Amino acid sequence: MPLPRRTLLAAAFAVLPLASPHAQEPIEVAGVYTVPVEQQWVGRLHEALQAAAARGDITYTWSENVANTDYERVMREYAEAGKDLILGEIFGVERAARDVAKDYPDTAFLMGSSFPPQEPNLAVFDNYIQECSYLTGLVAGSLTKSNLIGMVGGYPIPEVNRLMHAFMQGVNETKPEATFLVSFIGSWYDPPKAKEAAFAMIDSGADVLYAERYGVSDAARERGVMAVGNVIDTQKEYPSTIVASALWHMEPSIDRAIGAVKAGTFTAEDYGPYSSLGEGGCTVAPMQEGMVPLDVQKMVAAKEAAIRDGSLVIPVDDTEPKASR
Amino acid sequence: MDLLDILLQTGFWVAAFRIATPLVFGTLGELLCERAGVLNLGIEGIMTAGAMTGWLAVHMGADLWTGVALAAFTGLLLGSLHGVLTIPLGLSQHVAGIGITLLATSTTYFAYRVILPDATSPPRIAPFPPVDWPWLKAVPGIGPVLAGQTALTFLAFALVPVLVWLLYRTPLGLAVRTVGENPIAAEAQGLHVHALRMGAVLAGSALMGVGGAFLTLSAFNAFFFEMVNGRGWICIALVVFGGWNPAKALLGALLFGAFDAFQVRLQQAVGGAIPYQVFLMLPYLLSIVALVLVSRRASYPQALMRPFIRGRR
Repeated sequence: MPLPRRTLLAAAFAVLPLASPHAQEPIEVAGVYTVPVEQQWVGRLHEALQAAAARGDITYTWSENVANTDYERVMREYAEAGKDLILGEIFGVERAARDVAKDYPDTAFLMGSSFPPQEPNLAVFDNYIQECSYLTGLVAGSLTKSNLIGMVGGYPIPEVNRLMHAFMQGVNETKPEATFLVSFIGSWYDPPKAKEAAFAMIDSGADVLYAERYGVSDAARERGVMAVGNVIDTQKEYPSTIVASALWHMEPSIDRAIGAVKAGTFTAEDYGPYSSLGEGGCTVAPMQEGMVPLDVQKMVAAKEAAIRDGSLVIPVDDTEPKASR
Repeated sequence: MDLLDILLQTGFWVAAFRIATPLVFGTLGELLCERAGVLNLGIEGIMTAGAMTGWLAVHMGADLWTGVALAAFTGLLLGSLHGVLTIPLGLSQHVAGIGITLLATSTTYFAYRVILPDATSPPRIAPFPPVDWPWLKAVPGIGPVLAGQTALTFLAFALVPVLVWLLYRTPLGLAVRTVGENPIAAEAQGLHVHALRMGAVLAGSALMGVGGAFLTLSAFNAFFFEMVNGRGWICIALVVFGGWNPAKALLGALLFGAFDAFQVRLQQAVGGAIPYQVFLMLPYLLSIVALVLVSRRASYPQALMRPFIRGRR
C-alpha cells in the first residue's frame, strides 16, 4: 500500500530535529560593513568570522562597502532573512541602527559603537586595545631620536582617541620631552591622503609615525623613518619600517557572542572588555631584534606583565588628541 | 612653524604637484569633452575604473606603462558608452553621466571582489618611482621639486601645451571647438558633428582613466575602494575655474594641490587650536571663492549639453 506523500513528509520532519540537535547546527551570521573587508578594523571581524565559519560554528554572509545612508536597509534585510546574529559598525548610523534592533528583538546584534549597549538585543564592542597601544608607545619613545612623533588618524572618534592617548602616554614614559604632531584626514579610506599627511610630518622632522591608517607606513618606508602599526600586523609588508604593532583580536568577542546565541543567553552587553590584553583581545606583535633593542623589549614585557596582573591600569581618555608643540 | 616656512619647504611643493597631477589629467579630459559640447559626469566612475584596471594589469605582471595604456583604454570604453548615449541618441548628458559613474564604480568593485575574493590586505605593486635625475635636482628652486615627481606627472604637465596647441592652432581643434559652440554652423561647413564629438569624448575619457591610474600606479601602490574620493567632481569645477582653457585649468589644479598640501601642514602646525575639519574644508572653500570670482567672466561653450540632431534646429 503506497503511503500518502503528506504522511511521508510529516514523518521526515518529525525525525529531523532528532537527527541534528539544535545546539550542533551552525547559527546564521551576517556582517554589514561600511568599508571593504580589506580595511584593518573590519578585516579583524571578517577574519574571526571566517575562522568560525571554517570550524562549522556559523554560516557567514556579508555585505561590504555599504553606505551609511543604506545601512539600515541592509540590516533589515538580514534581520528579515532570519539571521541569528548580525555584526557590523554603527558609528555613523547609531540612531537608525538602534531602531532596527528594537524592531527585531529575536535577532542578536553585535555592533561596533561608541555608545552603550541597548536592551534587550544590541551588544556593542570596539577595538579597545589601549593597553597594547600603550606598550607600543613605550617602544616608539625609546626609539625616537628627533623626539617628534607623528600620528595620522581617520576621524577623532572615541576609539581612535583612546588608542592615541594610550600611545602618547607610553611615549612620554620613555621620552618625557617628546612632542606630537596630529592629523585627521576626514576619511577612513584614502591612502594617498594619509600618505600626504605622513609626508608632511616627516618633512617637519618626525622620525616615528603612528600608522592608524593605510598609507602612513608607505610614506615612512619611502623616507626611511619608523612606523608603529595599529590593529593589524604589517611587519612582513614593511620589514624595515614597522618597529612594533598593537594587534587587535576579535576572536574572544565573536566566540563569546556565538556561544551566547547558541545557548540562548545573548544579552545587551558591552563586549569592549573582551578586546583587552587579559582576555586575549590584543597583543603586541613580536618585535625584531635588530630594530628594537633587547632591553626595550624586556621593559615592554615587564609592563605587559604588570597590566596582566592588574598592578598597572591604562587610563581611558576619549578626548580628541591635540598636537603638542 | 611660520606660514611662510611652509611655503618655502621643498616637500610642500612636491606634495602640491603630486596632488595636482590626477586633477590635471581629469580636468584636461573633461575640458576636451565639454569643448565639444558634451558634459561628462561619468568622470568619477571612469577614474575609479582606470585606477583599478591599471593597477590590476601591473599586479598581474604587465609593466607600468602597459597599465597606464590599459587604464586609458578602460576610460575609452566607458567614454564610448557615454558618447553613444548622449551624441547619436541625444539623451540627457546629466543623467547619462551620473549613470556611467554609478555603473563604472559598481562594476569596478564587483570585478575587484570577483578577482580577489579573499584579500585581507590589497596586493601591492612597485609604483612609478620619482625621476630623481641628478641634473634636474641641481637646478636651484624648482629642480628638487620636479625631481621628486614621477614620470606620470611630467606626462600630465606636458599634455597641457599639447592640448592648447591642438585646440587653438590646428584645424582639428577649430572643428572641435566649433561643434561645441555652434554645431549647425559646423554641419554647414561639412564637418561631421557626431564624429567630432565622439572623438573628443573618447579621448577625454581616456585621459580621465589615466588620471585614476595615477592614484594606484604612482601616488599609491594598491587599489582601494573609493580611493578616487571625489577627485573627479573637483575636475568638473576646475574646468569652470579655468574658463574651458587648458592653461588656466592647469593653474587651477595646481592651486588646489597647493591648498591641499598647505592645509595638511597647517593642521599639524596650528595643532588643536582650530577644529581639524576647518583645515580639511579649506581647499574646497578656497575653490568655491575662486569659482565665484572667475565665473563672473566665464563664457562656456554655447552648445554645451545641447544634443545635435541632423536636420533639426
